[in-house]
Amino acid sequence: MAEGVKPRVKVPKSASAGETIVIKTLISHKMESGQRKDGDGNIIPRSIINRFTCDFNGENVVDIVLEPAISTNPYLEFEALVPEAGEFKFTWYDDDGSVYEDSKKIAIE
Amino acid sequence: MKRLTATLTVGLAATTFAWADPVDDTLVLNGETTIVTRTDAPEAVEKVFDEVISGWHFREDDTRAMQADDFDNPGMLFVEQAEDLWNAADGTEDKSCASCHGASEEMAGVRPVYPKWNEDAGEVRTLEMQINDCRENRMGAEKWGYTSGNMVNMTALMASVSRGLPMNVAFDGPARETWEAGEELYYTRFGQLELSCANCHEENNGMMIRADHLSQGQINGFPVYRLKNTKLNAVHDRFKGCVRDTRAETFSPGSPEFIALELYVATRGNGLGVEGPSVRN
Amino acid sequence: MQLTRRNAILMGTGAVLVAGLPLASSAAGEDAIAAFTGGADVGEGDIKLTAPEIAENGNTVPIEVSSDSAVEIMVLALGNPTPAVATFKYGPLAASRTASTRIRLAGTQDVMAIAKLEDGSFVKTSSTVKVTIGGCGG
Repeated sequence: MAEGVKPRVKVPKSASAGETIVIKTLISHKMESGQRKDGDGNIIPRSIINRFTCDFNGENVVDIVLEPAISTNPYLEFEALVPEAGEFKFTWYDDDGSVYEDSKKIAIE
Repeated sequence: MKRLTATLTVGLAATTFAWADPVDDTLVLNGETTIVTRTDAPEAVEKVFDEVISGWHFREDDTRAMQADDFDNPGMLFVEQAEDLWNAADGTEDKSCASCHGASEEMAGVRPVYPKWNEDAGEVRTLEMQINDCRENRMGAEKWGYTSGNMVNMTALMASVSRGLPMNVAFDGPARETWEAGEELYYTRFGQLELSCANCHEENNGMMIRADHLSQGQINGFPVYRLKNTKLNAVHDRFKGCVRDTRAETFSPGSPEFIALELYVATRGNGLGVEGPSVRN
Repeated sequence: MQLTRRNAILMGTGAVLVAGLPLASSAAGEDAIAAFTGGADVGEGDIKLTAPEIAENGNTVPIEVSSDSAVEIMVLALGNPTPAVATFKYGPLAASRTASTRIRLAGTQDVMAIAKLEDGSFVKTSSTVKVTIGGCGG
């Protein structure tokens, strides 16, 4: 697991049924592109988060493929539909096989 | 040909001036807290400026917006990491910062008054020096490197709980000597380019130096999350970068020269709101 | 060194003129497009890309894509060593076909968004982003 990886997710605590909400996610990750060289001129191997998914009560919201051109500390913002009360599940997939997860519950007003 | 040149010049000048002026905008943090980013020049700098302006006004729209929301601001990731450090016991005394100080929010009001004269030690201390003093003498823990990750993150936490409070660094009494040493450095030309801090940030702020928009060089926003290196940058690292850019041998972070310079530059921004961790290019 | 307003203007102009040169899309970019579309024709229409005209630093450039009827949107930075940036696939609970992120651009270039629409057709749009180079390092 890459060091110091910490996800942050912003989801409203409640919404009305059928409402559209904005979700923001940020995760601390160096997103080493594989294009840089170290002091000795050797290529620093690529090490990035290559996929992100968001699901709500088992149904998919977005599934995103990330490439090395995504900035350090990847930021993603999108809109989700909230049909009922439940839980958002967020998953980040690291090149090294690590998986980082976070979840947020949302209530219906 | 002459007419063509004149037309071209007018056209170009119009674009460039529009670019170069500090942007007229208001920094409202999380839609709640208005931060003072321009105000009447304080005592330390009243002879040269009418108004002091935060570096925030010299950045593009997207960069300014990124700082206005704690979620959009990547610097806040490191504030969260520092919050964990704040509560973690370390050293032979098995104490955390919280053991003595309580919640990190209790430290509101600390950032704006540093660097500060310490009577017992008989020296001007930066926030970093004070943190290391706590670590060494109260916690029995090892000192952090002056611009190490833990240190810069901790100063970001200290700044974040003081955001919006006006910078209020004292330079009378025993601190005066150090302040004057800082002032001397500020106006000294360094390096092969023979540039002083004042050449760029006092005489030419608002102008472009190559593709960079020169600000007043205010430090109320430190530590700064830079888009360039995507991490938090300590103020002494910024000083170091500036001196290096003049093609000079630079002083070290934590050196007496940079401590004096920080004290002096901080007083040039008294009255501006604390912004750290701010977002800059 | 004397930094006059005139010098600053001249330097600024030089930077913009150099930065403004158009860049040809790379072969790698064309390959990525072909892989995404399967060689289908790419028209114009229901796809929008929002990117800054001038990015203060190429390491962190905010962009947004949006469409009314996309099922998938691919973003390419045609002037990067590897042009692929991201591909957004929208599931049943996506409230809109939009997304924002922050990307790296190696220099001034065209950023392209290609959308696969619900009817199976492909549309694209692009935006030139000037990347500021020559600032003061820290």
